[in-house]
Amino acid sequence: MTRQQVLDLYFLDARHKLIEIAAFLDRVERAGGADDFRLKAFRIALGKLSGDGKHRAKDVLLTFSDLSTEPIDKAPGKGAVGAPML
Amino acid sequence: MRYIEPHAHMVSRVTDDYERMALAGCEAVCEPAFWAGFDRSAPEGFFDYFSQLTEHEPKRAAKFGLKHFCWLCINSKEAEDVKLAEEVIALVPKFLNRPNVLGIGEIGLNKNSRNELKVLEMQVELAAVHSQLILVHTPHLEDKLKGTKLILDVLKNDRRIQPARVIIDHVEEHTVEMVLDAGMWAGMTLYPETKCTPARALDILEIYGNERLWLNSACDWGVSDPLAVPKTALEMKRRGHVAAAVEKVVFENPKAFLGQSEHFRL
Repeated sequence: MTRQQVLDLYFLDARHKLIEIAAFLDRVERAGGADDFRLKAFRIALGKLSGDGKHRAKDVLLTFSDLSTEPIDKAPGKGAVGAPML
Repeated sequence: MRYIEPHAHMVSRVTDDYERMALAGCEAVCEPAFWAGFDRSAPEGFFDYFSQLTEHEPKRAAKFGLKHFCWLCINSKEAEDVKLAEEVIALVPKFLNRPNVLGIGEIGLNKNSRNELKVLEMQVELAAVHSQLILVHTPHLEDKLKGTKLILDVLKNDRRIQPARVIIDHVEEHTVEMVLDAGMWAGMTLYPETKCTPARALDILEIYGNERLWLNSACDWGVSDPLAVPKTALEMKRRGHVAAAVEKVVFENPKAFLGQSEHFRL
């Protein structure tokens, strides 16, 4: 696809998602209380969107990843939460 | 347009979904053994489940002209109890000769614990001893990168395991390259919020090529779409991919991998 074709296909969807992210951050700011590890990771991940790189999706996923290498002693539960506990 | 659904948990779907899939061009659906949403209390629960996968689901699928195949294992969410896992793994060989069984799956890791790793190793051993294909579940969200690396280490360290007979499912942008570099197949799962979207899956395809990659819905008891694969095929056409290229990804690739099992026949 050309860049024009990419924009024609995906601009409106991406615009919608960007507004959703902005609204989410506004909602967080209106709510009382401290950030937790998820929001800290989210703010770092947002920074990965700027610049001219071609691997933003990968960089965002890495920001939200547990980078440790050893197995844990025991599974604390079943689910995942979306960001590593820092 | 014909396609194969390589990963769908049909025990948790209504019969209408089989009809919809058949109408959309599905020719075969493959169902790995997974977590039911609760922990089964005894090995007998797994015996009944394996019976359901090998007897009941194929009949349900056949009503709509669909072939149904399955994979067997104890899933990683129930792998913290190693004793239970040993008893379940001992049951699996009793089912391996059933005509719709493709191999061992979906094995893998969930929270990357020591017991999960031990049970993964036990099931890799089972697959090696019985010369079975392997389908791997990689963990969710923040656990995926670490889990994929741990899983690849286990598989690469066992010389009996041929990489081309392993599919590592639920890859994303940060794990796909290491899977393909290991010579294994990589599955992209089209599942809302927690895994790939059609657009991202196609980005991965366009970056890494269309060899050893497949698409699947992994539809289950959560909010998910059994038609995610044909919808992504449509997305491929929107991007200008020709029909043959689409069919390669949604039909020929799964057929090539799954055809390595003597039981996979359309």
